[in-house]
Amino acid sequence: MILTIASRELRSLFLSPLAWSLLAVTQFILAWLFLVQLDGFLQIQPRLAAMEGAPGLTDLVAAPLLDNAAIIVLLLVPLLAMRLISEELRSGTFSLLLSAPVSMTQIVLGKYLGLLGMLAVILMLTAAMPLSLLAGGSLDPGKLAAGLLGLGLVLAAAAAAGLFMSTLSPQPAVAAVGAYGLLLFLWLINLATGAGGEGSALFAWLSMSTHFERLLSGLVRASDLAYYLLFITGFLALAIRRLDSLRTGA
Amino acid sequence: MDPLISIENLYRYYGSRCAVRDLGFELHRGEVLGLLGPNGAGKSTSMNMIAGNLAPSSGRIRLNGLDLLERPREAKAGLGYLPETPPLYRELTVDEYLRYCARLNRIPRGSAAGAVRRAKARCGLETSGGRLTSNLSKGYQQRVGIAQAIIHDPAVVILDEPTVGLDPIQIREIRALIRELGKAHGVILSTHILPEVQALCTRVLILHRGELAYSGVLGGGADEGAASLLIRLARPPEKPLLAGLPGVEAVETLGQGRYRLHLGAGTATATLAQRLVQNGWGLEELTPEQPGLEQIFVRLTAGEQAAP
Repeated sequence: MILTIASRELRSLFLSPLAWSLLAVTQFILAWLFLVQLDGFLQIQPRLAAMEGAPGLTDLVAAPLLDNAAIIVLLLVPLLAMRLISEELRSGTFSLLLSAPVSMTQIVLGKYLGLLGMLAVILMLTAAMPLSLLAGGSLDPGKLAAGLLGLGLVLAAAAAAGLFMSTLSPQPAVAAVGAYGLLLFLWLINLATGAGGEGSALFAWLSMSTHFERLLSGLVRASDLAYYLLFITGFLALAIRRLDSLRTGA
Repeated sequence: MDPLISIENLYRYYGSRCAVRDLGFELHRGEVLGLLGPNGAGKSTSMNMIAGNLAPSSGRIRLNGLDLLERPREAKAGLGYLPETPPLYRELTVDEYLRYCARLNRIPRGSAAGAVRRAKARCGLETSGGRLTSNLSKGYQQRVGIAQAIIHDPAVVILDEPTVGLDPIQIREIRALIRELGKAHGVILSTHILPEVQALCTRVLILHRGELAYSGVLGGGADEGAASLLIRLARPPEKPLLAGLPGVEAVETLGQGRYRLHLGAGTATATLAQRLVQNGWGLEELTPEQPGLEQIFVRLTAGEQAAP
């Protein structure tokens, strides 16, 4: 049942020009950044070769690419997630799901999986760029895998937050704005740690970027994974609760 | 036989405003129940609650013996619902959409294609399978909406204003479809159109300000039905002669040989018609008028404006 909803969602995403244009724009910008990084690497390569323990292709090309990709997908996911529920609320199709023998949890998980399917395509297209370097160079597979895992988790977390935001309003644009605000805030909240003081450890922990940067540097820690899993389950649970209260609410 | 729907003491509040107050009724297989009421009377709220789209503030809804609130998934499996606007995904074709609805209603993958074909055949959509739902006319969208509601052959079908926005021929077809559905299923139907209720429904409920204001059976024997007769006479007699006919309680003169005869309870239309002919008054027209659903409706809901 979850898969039925997920496949319908994925199909609708790919039937809309929005998804295709977002994919194209993201791919173009990431490819540009990738080429710039690669060019920079090629220019300093002779000097790197002379250095002992110099950073390699993974550090200088793949990691910055994934870092930039994370920012770009933060801009992208709210646009894809905004219509998940709010469009259905607005057009009245949501009652189709409500009067069908499916639970609210199944609806939310189905929608979430559908969006994850789309994001998996983005992740694979992004991964293809650094992997193409294997044709002429060597990569640190562990580091690259950790970075991709990090990007995947950022995507999944942003999708969960976007899904929750789209349950809040029947206006997709409002849902997107809400998701932008939430995600950018959670991305930047660690800037407050610069000032030091009481809450800085908490702010650093709350920030998505702190956890992502550790993964990007090849450090896979259970606490970082737990952060993202908590983030995702938290927002999915909120989305389910919100939809339940739409049905019962005053 | 257990009722398909049984509803007890249903309440629904929006904030402090009570939209539905102490609603209760039963629906049996083979019945078509018409839900009438002025705008804002709580028709859509009631239907949304029965279809599981809205949770009642209190009260009990049982579909096919299953409590909708305690076992929602099992109860909803026997339910088909067409909301006011057909819930169509604009980007899907009719076939894709109906297949999705079939799968959503737990029809196994193997038999989904057959279910889609049957639903399309019943709703006259055989040739529209490959079209996008957004490109269909309003009437066809409505048909797809009905096809969606009956695709899993549910025991209960709930239709919210199914003929709104259709042309007269489509209305006839949809009505025929609803009448056919009423034979094997239990149907609840809401509408503003009184003749539609008289043409389709076996029973009628009138809601007013969220409360059940009237509940009655329609479509009984022709004789018990007629409360008044509309007649036209070529050679009309004096009015007292008409009023003196057995069973006639009052006569209204409408001009140009037309009269309305108000009948007493249990008057047989056939005997009265015979008398009119035997008296040589030249009966040209005779129309039995149904026991004033319209009068009942107006009496219950007029005088005081419905709450907004």
